[in-house]
Amino acid sequence: MSAGSVVPAATGPFALRRLRLPGPGHLHGSDLVWSIVFVVPYAALFTAFVVYPIGYGLWMGSDPALYAELLSDPRYVRAAVNTVLFVGLAVNVEMVLALLLSGFFMRRRRWIKALLVIYILPWTLPAVPAYLSFHWMLAAYPQGLPNNLLEALFGIEGPFWFNRGWLALGCDITASVWKWMPLWTLIFLGGRMAIPQDLYDAASIDGASGYRRFVHITVPLLTNLYVISTLIAAIWTFGDYAPVLFVSGGTPAFESEVISTLGFHYALDFANPPLGVAAGLTALPILLPILILLTRALSTMEVQL
Amino acid sequence: MSTVLTHRQTVRRPPRYRLRRNLRETAALAFAVVLLIWTLAPIYNMVMVSLDSKGDVFSNDIWPAHPSLDSFWIVLSEGYWYLEYFWHQFGNSIYIGAVTTFLTLLIGSLASFSIGRLRLKNGWIVSNAALLTYVIPASFLAIPFYSIMLKYGLANNLWSVIFAEVTFATPYAIFIFHQYAVSIPMELDEAARIDGASPIQIYLRIYLPLMAPALVAVGTYALLLAWNEYLYQFMLLSSTRSMTVPVALAQFLNSDEAPWNYMMATAIIYAIPPVAVYYAFRRRMTAGLTMGGVKG
Repeated sequence: MSAGSVVPAATGPFALRRLRLPGPGHLHGSDLVWSIVFVVPYAALFTAFVVYPIGYGLWMGSDPALYAELLSDPRYVRAAVNTVLFVGLAVNVEMVLALLLSGFFMRRRRWIKALLVIYILPWTLPAVPAYLSFHWMLAAYPQGLPNNLLEALFGIEGPFWFNRGWLALGCDITASVWKWMPLWTLIFLGGRMAIPQDLYDAASIDGASGYRRFVHITVPLLTNLYVISTLIAAIWTFGDYAPVLFVSGGTPAFESEVISTLGFHYALDFANPPLGVAAGLTALPILLPILILLTRALSTMEVQL
Repeated sequence: MSTVLTHRQTVRRPPRYRLRRNLRETAALAFAVVLLIWTLAPIYNMVMVSLDSKGDVFSNDIWPAHPSLDSFWIVLSEGYWYLEYFWHQFGNSIYIGAVTTFLTLLIGSLASFSIGRLRLKNGWIVSNAALLTYVIPASFLAIPFYSIMLKYGLANNLWSVIFAEVTFATPYAIFIFHQYAVSIPMELDEAARIDGASPIQIYLRIYLPLMAPALVAVGTYALLLAWNEYLYQFMLLSSTRSMTVPVALAQFLNSDEAPWNYMMATAIIYAIPPVAVYYAFRRRMTAGLTMGGVKG
């Protein structure tokens, strides 16, 4: 992996406006027509499949009675708490571990490179097969791989993982971390490789230990990348229904649902699509600040690089 | 690093240094073993169940007593009623993936050509609108999307899924294309223009050939996105014949007596193409990884 290619990519969307090349103020007549013709397919796609569904969704969820109904439903309250736990824990755990692991993968050993190739595997697997494997590993009480291992190694009888809401949610979080941590490790690895080695050499000469080099060089230089990655991961994890849907399935009795999966249950199983949309919309007060923070973090990143 | 290291290597190390280094090396190895177990356990479980001839997840074994490849054969020969349309569904997955890739590349490259090369007036509005799509969780849009597909008359049609996947893959394509195109000198376009080339000729003969690496990276991304997606395929495709493999796989979950070995064999067969594609294009894909990943 070439280091340079990864980090600058993070400037993506916000580089667009600045990097527009200075050109003549007015387009020639035929160029203007062409430039519009070329953008029409995307504009049509955007209107038909983004603007319209968003507008339609807002309209579906516009009745205030829906929100009263949501708040009076203990399943929803539980799911809202679960969503915060799910996003907060999964994102922070995978980010911190990925940051530390990226340091481990910086070691210049051949077997480390081979290990990295294997370690990426969960991220490359399609979500449904991977989470189904988690499900059957954990649901096969009193057997299943983790319980069999616990029995074989320590002689403990493993729990029934989906018997309690918090335990089931913990399994979903674990599965989500398992799936996404490799991606963020790769990204932090790219970020670390972009840090000039001279800085570390200079610090070593001044007698800085490994820990102090990490705190005083790696951390400040990776802060922006870390913040941006965390915000993006938070947005994705908010919308990620798959771990909950396939690993615990919301068992027992809706105790481990999150907002996105509960929304589907409202829409499909209880035949109440507006309520499902309203459940999704209640995530907006948390999603919007994250979006704004992300926008700001992206614009400062550009300056730093 | 190199200068410091070579200098150090020439110095004879005291034994304590060597001991410490060995300790560190052992710790790293031990850590690597833990990491391997963590990474491979669910994959190992998948393989183990698929090889079990009885198809039982309720077993005390850590390795199946009578491993056999029968379940893979059953899947490939559609020899179980759940798997009656396996190849048809696999074909649906391939069709959706291929068309999504093609349309994403086409629409994305046209839009970024217009914004970046033809300097579309207020083109940044288009790219910021694309950013909006990129960060909205796709799952929150699924319910209104479904209602709208009914209105468009596309329910239970592969094209409804293709439109959904293209919608969510194109923003990423526009970002990456735009960024990559900055490295292509504008003078090429201007020279072609002086020679009398029309914008469409510039697009076809200069822009696309020079964008090849970005096209490969984005194409891989779009293919994997379509292959990994479940929700829209589940909501929009209901009949067994129009289903894709992940939807069929998830159906196993709802039945009481599921032949788990067939399910896991199907899962493994379905997982092989994206893993192969990823490892084949690994180097290309790292370009723009930060904004990409695979969106959930």
